[in-house]
Amino acid sequence: MHRYDICVIGGGPAGLSAAKAAGNAGAKVLLIDENDRLGGQLIKQTHMFFGSEKQQAGTRGIDISSQLVDAIGRMPNVEVYLECAALGLYDDKVLTMLHKKRYEKIVATKFIVATGASERMLAFVGNDLPGVYGAGAVQTLMNVYGVSPGARVLMIGAGNIGLIVSYQLLQAGVNVVAILEASPHIGGYLVHAAKVRRAGVPILTSHTIKEAYGARAVEGATICELDEKWQVRPGSERKIAVDVVCLAVGLSPLTDLLWQADCRMIHVTELGGHVAWRDANLCTSQGHIYIAGDVAGVEEASSAMVEGELAGLAAAKELGLATPALELGLSEAREQLRALRSGPVGDKIRTGLALAQSGEVFGIA
Amino acid sequence: MGGKVVRIKEHPILKFDRGKELAFFFDGRELLGHEGETIAAALHAAGVRELSTSAVLHRPRGFFCAIGTCSSCLMVVNGVPNVRVCVERLAAGMIVETQQGRGDLGASV
Repeated sequence: MHRYDICVIGGGPAGLSAAKAAGNAGAKVLLIDENDRLGGQLIKQTHMFFGSEKQQAGTRGIDISSQLVDAIGRMPNVEVYLECAALGLYDDKVLTMLHKKRYEKIVATKFIVATGASERMLAFVGNDLPGVYGAGAVQTLMNVYGVSPGARVLMIGAGNIGLIVSYQLLQAGVNVVAILEASPHIGGYLVHAAKVRRAGVPILTSHTIKEAYGARAVEGATICELDEKWQVRPGSERKIAVDVVCLAVGLSPLTDLLWQADCRMIHVTELGGHVAWRDANLCTSQGHIYIAGDVAGVEEASSAMVEGELAGLAAAKELGLATPALELGLSEAREQLRALRSGPVGDKIRTGLALAQSGEVFGIA
Repeated sequence: MGGKVVRIKEHPILKFDRGKELAFFFDGRELLGHEGETIAAALHAAGVRELSTSAVLHRPRGFFCAIGTCSSCLMVVNGVPNVRVCVERLAAGMIVETQQGRGDLGASV
């Protein structure tokens, strides 16, 4: 069986950064991804990132992905397995995998789980009709394959994803009929909201979708207004002709592997659902398993990359690879995360992280 | 099939380097797609949005997540059922069929 110091599961922004940081620290690293290419969801992010220079602000997600992949490609001590899905992670530090349709096993001293998150569904009549797509799916279709998802799109959710994907639809020449937001306020950054509004797309707050209808695929949607108690305002229903309903109503961490590995799990609404308890270095209750990125709590790609770096360096340090440079990297990563999560925008995530790190729930000191 | 589905030709940021054209079969019809794209993307570009029917109520199903996690896009490809067409790459001559319900593995498996 092949042996590694650190095995990183998932080659998106968090996993790529973790592999790069651990590789730089001198660890023998294996990075696996179930897809036939690295980059995760970065490969469809055509917008420029926010944050400071250290988090590559002003660079488009697609370009950040190639930079990270190139950096890893230059490291002889980092190996990559593509088309490799993790199946099980065990107490004896064995990972079982389906690698190019073959069952394989490896051993690693530390694991960094960076499996990301998946699109959330919303309950409404007809939500199973073809034409009801997750926002990520719409992005993949148009930004990776250059296929427009339809002609008239109804966007559900005015958080950053809903706003950014709406703008990307406009760039691809697709008509966005309206953006609905159930809460009374737009959740995303106002700079994104202003861009779609300037393009003439109405953002209807306190509105939601009641039904998607059509014979074999979406032909229209019934929308309605919500009152202060989130109930449908009687008589507010109206029908609009659309062929795509795009759901941007949040993400759920993809935690299957962490449950299977018996990490202590805790439900934290602010982080998107069940997540693993972790310490300040992103180490879970299973000392050989670290987490980074959306699987640790749904946030932005910028913070996912810094979390990857933190987990990669912290795991390398545990392996005895500490150097002054590594220590400096660790403190810089912590400082960057603090800055990214500062201010009122970071309120929710700070509350969530405090809960996810709290030992009280499990009687951990 | 409802909406107008097109391949994006001009884009302010992206340039689409589509692979060479490939012929494949969808429910007996010959369609054209491109090398490197997923089966779901090729079908969508050809105006096909209905990929399977649900197991109990036989309702139409399309794709939803496009990253291989939601199981909404399972189809029969070259006789093999439950293929996630949102992540499976298109190949020349592929026989792609609408999957009815759970799909049948057959006696040989």
